[in-house]
This record gives sequence, C-alpha cells and structure tokens, in this order.
Amino acid sequence: MPTASQISMVPVIVDEEKCIAEKGCRTCIDVCPLDVLWINEESGKAFMKYDECWYCMPCEADCPTDAVTVNIPYLLR
Amino acid sequence: MTISDDIPVQDIDILIIGGGTAGPMAAVAAKEQNPDASVMLLEKANVKRSGAISMGMDGLNNAVVPGHSTPEDYVKEITIANDGIVLQKGVKVYADRSFEMIQKLDSWGVYFQKDETGEYDMKKVHHLGTYVLPMPEGHNIKKILYRRLRRHRVKVENRYQAIRILKDNEGNACGCIALGTRDADVIVLRAKAVIMCTGAAGRIGLPASGYLYGTYENPSNCGDGHSMAFHVGAELTGLECYQINPLLKDYNGPACAYVTGPLGGYTANAHGDRFIECDYWSGQMMMEFYNELQGGKGPVFLKLDHLAEETIQEIEHVLHTNERPSRGRFHDGRGVNYRQKMVEMHISEIGFCAGHSASGVWINEKGETTIPGLYGAGDMASIPHSYMLGAFVYGQICGENAAQFIEGKEPAELDMAFITSERDRILAPLMRKDGIPPSQFEYKARRLVNDYLQPPKVTKKMDIGLQRLKAMEEDIPHLYARDAHELLRANEAQHIFDCAKMAAVASQYRQESRWGLYHNYVDYPETNNDDWFCHVQLYKTDEGDMACKKRPIDPYVVQLDDAEKNAYQQLRVQAAG
Ligand SMILES: Cc1cc2nc3c(=O)[nH]c(=O)nc-3n(C[C@H](O)[C@H](O)[C@H](O)COP(=O)(O)OP(=O)(O)OC[C@H]3O[C@@H](n4cnc5c(N)ncnc54)[C@H](O)[C@@H]3O)c2cc1C
Ligand code: SF4
Ligand code: SF4
Repeated sequence: MPTASQISMVPVIVDEEKCIAEKGCRTCIDVCPLDVLWINEESGKAFMKYDECWYCMPCEADCPTDAVTVNIPYLLR
Repeated sequence: MTISDDIPVQDIDILIIGGGTAGPMAAVAAKEQNPDASVMLLEKANVKRSGAISMGMDGLNNAVVPGHSTPEDYVKEITIANDGIVLQKGVKVYADRSFEMIQKLDSWGVYFQKDETGEYDMKKVHHLGTYVLPMPEGHNIKKILYRRLRRHRVKVENRYQAIRILKDNEGNACGCIALGTRDADVIVLRAKAVIMCTGAAGRIGLPASGYLYGTYENPSNCGDGHSMAFHVGAELTGLECYQINPLLKDYNGPACAYVTGPLGGYTANAHGDRFIECDYWSGQMMMEFYNELQGGKGPVFLKLDHLAEETIQEIEHVLHTNERPSRGRFHDGRGVNYRQKMVEMHISEIGFCAGHSASGVWINEKGETTIPGLYGAGDMASIPHSYMLGAFVYGQICGENAAQFIEGKEPAELDMAFITSERDRILAPLMRKDGIPPSQFEYKARRLVNDYLQPPKVTKKMDIGLQRLKAMEEDIPHLYARDAHELLRANEAQHIFDCAKMAAVASQYRQESRWGLYHNYVDYPETNNDDWFCHVQLYKTDEGDMACKKRPIDPYVVQLDDAEKNAYQQLRVQAAG
C-alpha cells in the first residue's frame, strides 16, 4: 500500500528570533496537550510538526519569550 | 523489574489514569486518606496543562450552595433533565459533597465570584433551580492542582497513553499497559487499584469544519478509557444518550447558557427571536435547537447585540481570556463583533460524556465500575451532567475508596502472555513499511459516524453504518505509523473506532426516543416508559462481541411529582411556535 505526503498550513507559528530552545527551553513542547510541537533538527528551534491543534493556547501563554503565536486553523477561519 | 522481552514493570499501590480534572483530585484524596500509599498519576499529555480545563474554566455549572438550593432540589433537576434515567444515589452523593468541594477549592486558592456581602454570587441558568457560580479568574486552576500534587508527593508520569487495563486471575483490575508517546516504549504499571479519569470520548464524530482536532472536547480525550473499559469487561451505560452541544459555528467554544445567559444574552433564530425558554444544555433543549436550525427560521444565533457596552466587555473578558482564549481571534478573523450582529451557532459533533450528558463507563455512588478494583470518575464515568465539580467530587470519592480497597492487598501475578501479545499489537503499525495512515483511518470512521449514526437515528442507516465500520476491521492490520507520534494516533484511532461501534450498538438497542435530540430515533419516535424506563448497559460477550442488556433503575431517593416530571418537555417559547 504505497503512501504520499501532503502539505498542510499549520496554525502555530514560532518566531525563531525570539525562541530560546537552544538554551534548553522546551516549555511549549512540554505543555501542549496534543504533543504536536517539536524541535526542528535544522534550526534547533521549536516548531509545529503535526497539524493537529486544538488552538487551546498553553504554548503561547507559557512561552517565556512570547515567541509563539496560535492562529485559528485554516479550515475553521 | 522487567518481564520477558524487556518490558519494564513499575509497582504502585494506586494507579490513576488521566491527569486532567478528576485525576489530580483522586490522587490527592488517595494520599490524604493514606499518606503511605504510593500513588501514580499517568497522563497522556502533561498534567500541567492537560484535559478540558487546560487553560482554566469560566465557572461552576452545577454548584449546590446552601441558601440557593438543596441537594434534593438538585437531584430532582438532574432527574428531570435526564428523563428519569439516573442513578439518583450517585447524583445525591455528588450534591451532598458539592459545597464542601467548593470550600476546599476556595481554600486552595481557586477564586469564585462573590457578591458585595462576600457570599458566592450564584446565577440561575437551569430550568428550575440556581446552580451556576462564575469564575472570571478561573485560569489558574491547573496550577493550583499541580501544587497539590507536588505537596502530596504524587508520582507523575507524563506522555504515556494507557492502552489496556490488566486483570489478575481473580478478575480484579491490577494495572495497565501503556505506550510512551515520544519514544514508543511499552511499559507495565502494576497496581492494587486503578482509577480511570480519561475524560470524554470527544473524537467520535467529525466537526462540521472537517478539521479532526476542531472538537468540542480536548482531542486527547478520544475514548481511550471507554475502549479500555470495554476490553477489560466493565459495563458501559447510556451510550445512546450522546453528548451534543450548542456551539459557535466552526468554533468549538460554548456559546451561551452559562456565561452570557446570566448577563442577558440568549439563543435566537434568524429573526432575532428567542425560541427556547431555558438555555441549560439538555437533550430537549438541543432538540428545539436542531428543529430551529433545520426549519425555515434557522440558522440559530447567539444574540448579544442588544446588551450594554459594559456588559459586552464583561462577556468578552470571560469568553476571550479563560477557557477558550483563541475565541477572540476567531471572531476577529471573520470581522465579528458582539455589539454589531448576532453570531451564528451550530451543533457539535456527537460524543460520549457524563459531564455534559449521561454516557460513559458505569459507576455506582462509590465510583466503582463493574470490575473489582477498577474505578471511574469525571466525564468518562456515568454520573450525569456532572461537569467540572462532579469530576472533582467523584475523583475524591474514587481516591478515598481506592485507598481503602488496597489495604492488605499483595501485588497481583501478571499475565505475561497477554502483556506480550498486547505489546506486539500496540507496536505493530510501527513495524510496517507502508499501509493506512492513522489520520485517514480516523477520518473515515468519524465520517461514517456523521453519515449514519448522528441523530435523527434511523435503523436502516445505523445498519449500514455498522456494516461499513465492521468492514474497516480488516484495515486495522494495515495501520501504518512512521514515528512514535503517529503510533499514538494509530492506537487512539482504534479506540475511536471501538467507540463508534458502541454508539451504533447502544443506539439500535434502545427502541424508543428519549433525551430529545440525543436519542431521537425516527423509527420509534415516542418515549416508551413501559419498556424502556431502564439503563442500557453495553458489555463484552464471552466471544468478545458488543452486546446490550437492560438494567432496572434503582429506587429513587428523591421522589418527583407528576408536574415536575414534565418540566423539561416544555422548553419551546410559546410565541415562537
Ligand atoms: C470547552 C469546555 C468548556 C467547559 N466549560 C465548563 C464550565 O464552564 N463549567 C463546568 O463546570 N464544566 C465545564 N466543562 C466540563 C468540565 O471541564 C469537564 O466535565 C471536566 O473537566 C472533566 O474532567 P475529567 O477529569 O473527566 O476530564 P479531563 O479534565 O479532560 O481529563 C482527562 C485527562 O485524561 C487524559 N487521558 C485521556 N486518555 C488517556 C490515556 N489513554 N492515558 C493517559 N491519560 C489519558 C487526557 O490527556 C486528560 O488530561 C467544559 C468542558 C469543555 C471541553
Ligand atoms: S516556549 Fe518559547 S522559547 Fe521555549 S522552546 Fe517554545 S517557543 Fe522556544
Ligand atoms: S494551541 Fe494547544 S494544541 Fe495547539 S500547539 Fe498550542 S498547546 Fe498545542
């Protein structure tokens, strides 16, 4: 059963200038109830890896540097 | 300790699955009862921000506060709202302990709204009594619970999904098998008692937007507990009494009753007219909502544009900062302002939830399921309309009773053959090179639920739905996951699939209509108290199939008179016709 990948516009944006993940911060990743934020191997910063978001906002509320913005998923806008 | 093939085993006295609302309270109560017991709280996400109240809560929907109502009034209200099908003893125990729980939370620092005299500022939303207590500063509740967990030295294990409950050779629950959501490691937790607090089954139906995670319930609550209960042989009840909620169109925020209602907002039709007397969420209210939505005067709207500026600001403060803080962004994106026009509403996808409805794993007034040593609390258990305070009270009841249950018990012998075969089954999607992605499997199951199992319920449609779902059983051995996260989703999808089948089986069994829209069965449009004034229990047969049976209603502890019984049947505003 072959598979294909499809791209998806994700609702959560991390401002890489502000994100301090390289200093060990994992707050947004830790608090996300759906476990959809991970570290981007290339940039070392947090990013939304899976488009499975409840737009509940702990990631944004708890980020120490205000790097996270939660938008409404495109399908709902 | 590890068992064959290096599956690690941890021993604890009391295992609590789900660290949202009921779970932390159960853990604290167990520790308060027996400080020496080892208590573990297992959570699929992170207890700091998990579950329905991850960002906080707007208020208590069902507070029984002396001077405003009595436990007897409350039992009557819920009996009537639930068309008589209730374990009254269970509701009564909640009502008796409700005020003490509010005081406990208050002493922990949870802020409830008070009036000028320092009394709780109660609001009337229900049809008969006064039970709503606002919490405009309700966003710190998870922090407060977390502090308590630390103080009582509860072991917390985050990012593990419980997948199957374990049973010993005497039939007692003795732990669970769980999957690490980051590393796909399988572990065994052996316990002397298990409390399930896994929340609602909120991912059975598909929201109108088609976005899988745009559900009313926190999507981590996908029915794992319901499926685990079924597989271990516990009875579930009232599954045909779906949860369906009135929400904003395309946004999963509750719209009206509890926050805007007491401030003068209401549900209106396209003409701006009120068509229901009482916005308290019940099946009858949802039926009127559905009729208006489908009729010529639809769709339905939340009407606030008649309110004063300061009232609207108050509403915005609560609705846009507490429970669902992304709501303001949703409105901004569409240029919607409460001051200028009514906001379109719609009905949610279906789910199982005792917090809002009455569907879940059967428990009695002690929080016991039908399996010894296995308890349930909160949205996944069966005490109807219990909401957040009910989750706290039953969490506490379960914690106390489990702490007593374990006294003098020895660790059980584990069933190795079962554990290793489950381990292989759980990990199988990761071993494949290709196959069906969990998201496609899940989408299809949930789309079938919307097409065939949503009310109005029709026998022929439910037959087709069940047949099509059963055909999907052949897809399970082809589920494919590329990483630990997709494996989590693959295992969730199988539980969602179980819940979808349970929804169909329970709905077909109850051959009458009851609870307004929740069980609006077109083939049997009338309520039939002669044959169906009973609970419907769903259970696993010896062959492993789903079957149902009737369970008589226990004698009422609070009697109702005939006039009261029909109170919720007359919700339509007369003028609206
Ligand atoms: C949007 C919204 C608004 C609400 N507003 C109000 C309100 O204003 N007032 C009110 O009184 N009530 C309200 N409620 C209802 C109330 O929040 C719930 O009834 C209550 O919080 C349920 O508590 P719970 O412990 O059963 O579930 P939750 O608090 O949701 O906790 C369930 C936990 O189980 C975890 N879990 C699930 N499966 C597994 C597994 N397999 N392994 C490990 N962990 C697992 C989940 O991650 C979650 O943390 C609202 C609910 C929602 C969704
Ligand atoms: S919480 Fe903020 S700073 Fe920390 S990893 Fe996430 S985005 Fe970066
Ligand atoms: S909004 Fe919620 S679900 Fe979405 S990434 Fe943030 S914490 Fe996770």
